[in-house]
Amino acid sequence: MSATVPAIEVPRTISSQRRTKDRIFSIALWASVVIALIPLLLIVYRVVRLGLAAVSVSLFAHTALPANMAGGGMKQAFLGTAMIVGIAIVISVPLGVLTGIYLSEYGSGRIASVVRFTAEILLSIPSIVAGAFIWALVVVALGSFSGFAAGVALTVIMWPIMARATEEVLRLVPTELREGGLALGYPRWRVIMRVVLPTAGAGVLTAIMLAVARGLGETAPVLLTALGNDFVNTNPMKPTDAVPLRVYNYVQSAYPAWRALAWGGALMLLLGVLVLSVTARMLSIRQQRRMR
Amino acid sequence: MATIDAPPEAAPATPLRRRRRFGDRAFRWTTLVVSVGLVVMLALLLWVLADGGWRAIREFGLHFIIGRDWNPVAGRETYGALPFIFGTVVTSLIAMVIAMPIGVGVALFLNESGSSWIKNPLAVLVDLLAAIPSVVYGIWGLFVLVPLFDRTVQPWMSASIGKVPIIGGLFTFDGPGGDIFTAGVILAIMILPIVTAVTREVVSVVSTETREGAMALGATRYETIRLGVLPTARPGIIGAGMLGLGRALGETIAVALVIGNSTRITASLFNPGYTIPAVIANEFREATSAGVHRSALLFLALLLVLIALGMATVSRLLVRRTTRLLGGDVAAQEEAATSTLGMA
Repeated sequence: MSATVPAIEVPRTISSQRRTKDRIFSIALWASVVIALIPLLLIVYRVVRLGLAAVSVSLFAHTALPANMAGGGMKQAFLGTAMIVGIAIVISVPLGVLTGIYLSEYGSGRIASVVRFTAEILLSIPSIVAGAFIWALVVVALGSFSGFAAGVALTVIMWPIMARATEEVLRLVPTELREGGLALGYPRWRVIMRVVLPTAGAGVLTAIMLAVARGLGETAPVLLTALGNDFVNTNPMKPTDAVPLRVYNYVQSAYPAWRALAWGGALMLLLGVLVLSVTARMLSIRQQRRMR
Repeated sequence: MATIDAPPEAAPATPLRRRRRFGDRAFRWTTLVVSVGLVVMLALLLWVLADGGWRAIREFGLHFIIGRDWNPVAGRETYGALPFIFGTVVTSLIAMVIAMPIGVGVALFLNESGSSWIKNPLAVLVDLLAAIPSVVYGIWGLFVLVPLFDRTVQPWMSASIGKVPIIGGLFTFDGPGGDIFTAGVILAIMILPIVTAVTREVVSVVSTETREGAMALGATRYETIRLGVLPTARPGIIGAGMLGLGRALGETIAVALVIGNSTRITASLFNPGYTIPAVIANEFREATSAGVHRSALLFLALLLVLIALGMATVSRLLVRRTTRLLGGDVAAQEEAATSTLGMA
């Protein structure tokens, strides 16, 4: 916070023109913050209000009713999202955490900087590209859209997020702890697994939560790989529904009942993602305080 | 594993050391192989898209980029992607024009003024904009923003700026429905957090001496920022904009819902358009058989990823150069980078 400029009374001797400019500038900064926050408030307000109206037991307990009948739900979408995100977690957590360990514990050479740079730019590939990639690679090869393919597509997005975030939290672990472990005669890998990882525990969890929050809300890559399904599907090799997909489809439908369900699904998505992000953020602030 | 749990001096020295060396080496190699896997994945991604998209480029060549006719109907197939490229570029530019000044303003506010009890919660709130799933932006955009703009902003702008010669054509209002302008506004909201976060990262390393020097010379806060902070941070701020632009180019679902999906290229921003990600999302279902259609979509994806990677690379270099040049505290930078990467 060394960058903060102390608030100084602008002296009276400054010409009124300069003082006015300064005043206008301050107002402009305030205004940009207000403008930035208005959409957030509007979106949350609208989604909560219309979403709550659509939330009921049947949203979770039933699949869709025929078009334009009130009621029904998106049970298959919740189950599908659980399956897809579950697959993505199973694949991407080990990959992401191991990459993070490499970057933080062994990562000083040229290979590490290439990996780090790759992770950084992978963070900015458009999510639909991840979908198109897995569509061309996995869906076409297996001959079917599937929950598995969607899990892999989400891995493309979650792996680099987790790798970078894990690296950062492991770097916060004091070197003295590592040296202590090594001095006790533990081999390096045991020190990493038994000392470094547990110390950074909450931080690694944060990294995972951030990646899951991202994966949970992704629509485009899941659309291109899982396709969607009107019924409950438990076979990971078959087309599967997901909450963002169902919302996307119902938003475009002409039936008020389906549109209402879409708002319900949107609320659930927003809730899931915000809870994960906020919890992750709070955990990481606590962790950083503990480390300092 | 169990043997290593025993105190080291209890086991015979040589086999232990050998076993330990093996364990260390195996672990190191595992993490190395997995990490290199990340690089391999990026290479594979580029190869799969290039390999898949090659056929469309071979068959249509330059026409693919400059042609305006996109027709996937079998027998009459022709692929000119200009409407999508046009829509992508225009929506992203609108997003930049709106998000840059506001994003920089928010970043300056969060770094340069106010006290931390108000700044920290505000920073979290701005970051939360990045966490909202794009389909939620989409549903809100389609049911709230599109009707709102149809009723208010667009008729007003059409009646005022629309009357001005030359640029007036950009603001002709033809009727309700999704349009390029609304898509640009949604994109602006979506990229605001990343622009803000990266700008903060850059601005925060401008040294305190620069600021204090300017203030000591009697500069007002506006003059300090205008003459001291902004010029030094400029390359990094451009980098922030490029990262935002890269985000905007690739955003799919929210744009697909509000842009109206029309392949006509029109002058007015209030008319419907189409973007590259939207056409991929809308047409991949019909393109499952290995044909030119699939190839065309994959080539569009390749185009998208190349632009996005180029933007991200240049942006990263600009930001890094700025922060290095200013000799900012490395640990603080890394931390700033984490918050940027983590939330956005």
